[in-house]
Amino acid sequence: MKYITEYRDADLVKKTLKKIEKTISRPWTLMEICGGQTHAIVKHGLDQLLPEEVELVHGPGCPVCVTPLELIDKAMAIASQPDVIFTSYGDMLRVPGSNGDLFSIRARGGDVRVVYSPLDALKIAQDNPDKEVVFFAIGFETTAPANVMSVLQAQNLGLENYSILVSHVRVPPAIRAILGSPSNRVQGFLAAGHVNAVMGYWEYEPIAEEFQVPMAVTGFEPLDIAQGILTCVESLEKGEYVVENAYRRAVTKAGNQTAQKIIKQVFQECDRKWRGIGVIPGSGWCLRPAFQEFDAEKRFDVESIQSEESPVCISGLILQGLKKPHECPAFGTKCTPDHPLGATMVSDEGACAAYYHYRSHLTRQGIESS
Amino acid sequence: MSEEYPTMEGPVCPLPHIETDRVVMGHGSGGRMMADLIRSVFRPPLSNPVLEAENDAGVVQPTPPESLAISTDAHVVSPLFFRGGDIGKLAVCGTVNDVAMVGADPKYLTASFILEEGLAISTLQKVVASMQSSAEEAGVQVVAGDTKVVSHGEADGLYISTTGIGIPLTKNEIGGDQAQPGDVVILSGTMGDHGIAVLEARGDLGFETNVESDIAPLNHLVTAMLEASPGIHVLRDPTRGGVATALNEIAQQSNVGVLIRESSLLLQPAVQAACEMLGFDPLYIANEGKLLAVVKREDAEKVLMAMRNTRYGEEAAIIGEITVQPRGRLLMETPLGSKRVVDTLSGEMLPRIC
Repeated sequence: MKYITEYRDADLVKKTLKKIEKTISRPWTLMEICGGQTHAIVKHGLDQLLPEEVELVHGPGCPVCVTPLELIDKAMAIASQPDVIFTSYGDMLRVPGSNGDLFSIRARGGDVRVVYSPLDALKIAQDNPDKEVVFFAIGFETTAPANVMSVLQAQNLGLENYSILVSHVRVPPAIRAILGSPSNRVQGFLAAGHVNAVMGYWEYEPIAEEFQVPMAVTGFEPLDIAQGILTCVESLEKGEYVVENAYRRAVTKAGNQTAQKIIKQVFQECDRKWRGIGVIPGSGWCLRPAFQEFDAEKRFDVESIQSEESPVCISGLILQGLKKPHECPAFGTKCTPDHPLGATMVSDEGACAAYYHYRSHLTRQGIESS
Repeated sequence: MSEEYPTMEGPVCPLPHIETDRVVMGHGSGGRMMADLIRSVFRPPLSNPVLEAENDAGVVQPTPPESLAISTDAHVVSPLFFRGGDIGKLAVCGTVNDVAMVGADPKYLTASFILEEGLAISTLQKVVASMQSSAEEAGVQVVAGDTKVVSHGEADGLYISTTGIGIPLTKNEIGGDQAQPGDVVILSGTMGDHGIAVLEARGDLGFETNVESDIAPLNHLVTAMLEASPGIHVLRDPTRGGVATALNEIAQQSNVGVLIRESSLLLQPAVQAACEMLGFDPLYIANEGKLLAVVKREDAEKVLMAMRNTRYGEEAAIIGEITVQPRGRLLMETPLGSKRVVDTLSGEMLPRIC
């Protein structure tokens, strides 16, 4: 398949891995930001094939994982109400809130539906004028254009029964937070190519310079990831703290400016709580005052809901790259995809779920103990 | 004499709608409407002497075997029709294949229908015709049936439950617990066609793929395989949960490891594209016309040749082998040479956000 087969070509990947081996002269710790990349790395077993000098730590880039507990609780409160059709991307339905998940609301008679795009939710709103239709607008910059588009279209259509529950997060403030932490070990970043396809990478250059950390804009296929690692290692070895684009077929420095324009029109920056990490200043997007009527938190009066995290779960440390999933005492025992304690075990993109699905035989037998 | 008695039909309220193009509650009443429905919709296509006897049970006279294979399956699918098949074909092939997977030749089926009030009779006719043509291809007779009607809104159009009875073709035990280290694993073709075809028919994809469901009766394929070799240890059709779930079950039942190679697995490009776009793993997507076989290594080539000479086994290939370790688990070797666990899913496969 075009644009997939070539980037999964085993020979090309092996050649790139060889180049990394030749280039590297000392250990480096890299973080892949995006959960999609974590998933691909573990699925294709890339980390087993990298030279041991490269340590990959998994970043906070799974939008499902970082959505704070109270947002899930708010979603459940809204979805439980009569005459509400609550729509969401599929993997949010299983994320545990304080008391069950969205699936359990559906089992109790709530109308909770999986959609593939907010525009599908908009269509449901048009088809059901006597119901309130809410879309769970989560995600990084990648999903923002479609989410704001749904609001703009609802406005154009004069739809009064559509609103969104916003939990948008942004990558650059998260990178700053990780690099600014006293316990930070990350020396180079693989930036999330899908985010950069929308936003470009102009925002990242000042960060690379300020913190003296190179970054490589990286795609999601094995060859893309190997190329991103190679690019990052080359910069590290040369002592160059720049942002290189290793995903040229999808990303330009300026990004998709039409998308950026509509995001700015509808959203404004705000402080956002990340599950397991806490509040990162300026790391979120919320609806601008001109679009408040589409804010589900206000429409359903759930703004005051507060929630407490499970004390056992170390997903916060995992999301910051300070711990690996199998270092958690609950991993694979108290916490499994069937009974997740924290969000990193829920989504396929979560580091704990990726380790559980693809590695659990190794950890259980103690082969992988590092 | 009977004409002298007044009939109650006129004054009875509500008036029964004898002539209707929709299923109504009266079709499940046990009265004339039900008899008419059976006579006009079910009997003509499915006709055979056992069914024609119109008794409470069908009486069949097989050559007395030492054992029988019996399987039952309820079929619910939304929508009722999708590219490559429908609920009728599914109801026949699903049960025929379950019987075939223990190495038996399916002979008889029973079918119970739960109809939703309001279902178009023409829809029911299409479904029954489809059952008939699948039953004919598989060489099975429908020998007993039942119909119930539920109120509008209490079912999704039509559900069919079928039970199949088959006669074992071999005395060797074929089952999920029979896999031996050293055996090879054969898959009869591509993965995920049925699941993607149904998702598309549901309108869940948001794009067109033209993928057809692979629904097919696999009993003739199984017969050809058993004629080629007695060394078949396990047969399983990877339906719900896909190839990954079926192989995990075999690993657990036989307490062995299963190692498959990703590069040996076949996918239609459109299925792969749909999976890539939605974040689905085709290893977990349902098939309805494929089988997995665990076969003694020295017999593998013979079995493979026999499979490739049949209509539904043309693309059969060896995809892996049975190992001693890790017991109860399925591993996959990636094209890069690394290995990873392929686990069972905990529930529904959920499309990923990005």
